[in-house]
Amino acid sequence: MTTRDLKTKSIDYRKKLLKYIKHANAGHTGGSLSCVDILNVLYNHVLGVTPENFSGRDRNHYIQSKGHSVEALYVVLADVGFFPESDLETLCQYQSHYVGHPTRKVNGIEHNSGALGHALSYCVGVALAEKKDGRNNNVFTLLGDGELAEGSNWEALLTASHYKLDNLVAILDYNKLQITGWVKDVCATEPLDEKFTAFGASVRHVDGHDFEALTEVLNSVPFEKGKPNVIIAHTIKGKGVSFIENNYKWHHHVPTDAEFEQAIRELDQVVKNI
Amino acid sequence: MNKLELGKANLEVFSETLIELAKNDKDIVVVTSDSRGSGKLTPFGQQFPDQIVEVGIAEQNLVGIAAGLAASGKKVFAVSPACFLTARSFEQIKNDVCYSDHPVNLIGISAGVSYGALGSTHHSLHDLAALRAVNNLSIIVPADNFETRESIRLAAELPSPVYIRFGKRAIEHVHKPDDKLELGKANIIHEGGDVAFIATGETVVQSLMAAQQLEQKGVSCRVVSMHTIKPLDIETLAQTATKCKALITVEEHMVNGGLGEACAGYLMLTGICVPFKIVGIPDEYTVPGKQLDIFKHYGMTAEKLADAALQLIS
Ligand SMILES: Cc1ncc(C[n+]2csc(CCOP(=O)(O)OP(=O)(O)O)c2C)c(N)n1
Ligand SMILES: [Mg+2]
Repeated sequence: MTTRDLKTKSIDYRKKLLKYIKHANAGHTGGSLSCVDILNVLYNHVLGVTPENFSGRDRNHYIQSKGHSVEALYVVLADVGFFPESDLETLCQYQSHYVGHPTRKVNGIEHNSGALGHALSYCVGVALAEKKDGRNNNVFTLLGDGELAEGSNWEALLTASHYKLDNLVAILDYNKLQITGWVKDVCATEPLDEKFTAFGASVRHVDGHDFEALTEVLNSVPFEKGKPNVIIAHTIKGKGVSFIENNYKWHHHVPTDAEFEQAIRELDQVVKNI
Repeated sequence: MNKLELGKANLEVFSETLIELAKNDKDIVVVTSDSRGSGKLTPFGQQFPDQIVEVGIAEQNLVGIAAGLAASGKKVFAVSPACFLTARSFEQIKNDVCYSDHPVNLIGISAGVSYGALGSTHHSLHDLAALRAVNNLSIIVPADNFETRESIRLAAELPSPVYIRFGKRAIEHVHKPDDKLELGKANIIHEGGDVAFIATGETVVQSLMAAQQLEQKGVSCRVVSMHTIKPLDIETLAQTATKCKALITVEEHMVNGGLGEACAGYLMLTGICVPFKIVGIPDEYTVPGKQLDIFKHYGMTAEKLADAALQLIS
């Protein structure tokens, strides 16, 4: 798939996730727009996880720690064939398994998440098992930057370093916003580089909306033999829609009709210029 | 049938009451974990910037810090979604608050299945059972705006730990303005003798509406708001079980270890025998849906409660 294809896909994903959030009248708009390019590259260029190999264990793994951005995950999983996209018309409805956070009732999802600060420990377990069984699969997770306040993340990183889990890849959706506002005003986590390094990780930075850079960095793990990998992906919360970008109020705001139409217009404009 | 008047969300009344209290009391301190907006506490933060502490998305930290503040004389309200506050921070609640006896007010917002289709990570259907098993903790589940305001006022002055949980949707009034709320003393909000509903939290209004429907069919009901789950008002419970011909408990909680089992256990011990039914969320993968979808699915709406009552006395 070319960079151009990925770009076009991402616009399509953005339009769809907005559509289904609007339809469900619920969802995490800002965080989904922030991470959808990362998911695009992961599923189309890195993971090699398919509906055919998903039920086995001998494959790469992706577990989304920031489960609230499930709408981005749903549209990508539908696109790569895990379920028909029309299933998403039932998002958040009575008796639909497409709820507002990832669950294993949905094909393609390996672990339930939604309470922040859980998935990294789970991933350490999976990565350990991979090593014990002598396989070469990688375990990817996506963390929010506000989520880093949960101490469990740091416990997990300690263990990952202790067991030299260089098959573990924590991607940070570094959009600098959480619900209340800027992360730096809520709970100062900087300097992140030094913290991750001190916890034994090998750290790389990437522009989380640059498809080539993402493809390169995600395909070059392990960065250092014997060290867990941390990728600080510089992202924009709400990326792609001018009035959603960098605005904390859009964490779980659902677009009105007018906002939705304007968002689609803006995204269509971007497609024309690709 | 009297139509019940719709009030505000209990969540809103909670935040207004805190502002009222903080105006005259510098010792009131609110602690949040990126939950200021969800707790409707933005106005509080603006008015009393020195009386709010933000810890980031770290609920264990939240409760530990709250314990330290309470030990130092602050009247602390630790506010976070009930699901995270009572599951993630359970050990801090058990050891740092209750065992160490520091009078923290633990406020579980958007409790029960208020978060609906966000799924089970966001539901608190375990909290009453889990916290009933912790010594030295009062548990209050207010039914309406009145009970919420009164329980927050009461908590501010209580010298021991308390957990209060409520939902986020606007809720009908079930009380009259001159009612009183006492810790551990249930309120009888509707009188009758055929069936008694003993309910707690947002299921009280459903029970009251069920009672109104049943009255039209000639069945008279007592409705008890059992706002305090611990200490349980065993006097009102025993008196109700003796007076009424059948008893139904209703709670927005899993049936394991909640209000219903607390009542059943007590009645069994005292030898009071009465047709009895527990209505709540069963021990299964909770059906996905919005709060009222889930209520309907598990027979917790007025119509379904009325049916259950008829069945129990037939
Ligand atoms: C344990 C836990 N506490 C609180 C929440 C509520 N919550 C959902 S998203 C969120 C903010 C997340 O911010 P961040 O990690 O920066 O994610 P992003 O900006 O990518 O949306 C919070 C507090 C939760 N889901 N889990
Ligand atoms: Mg963020």
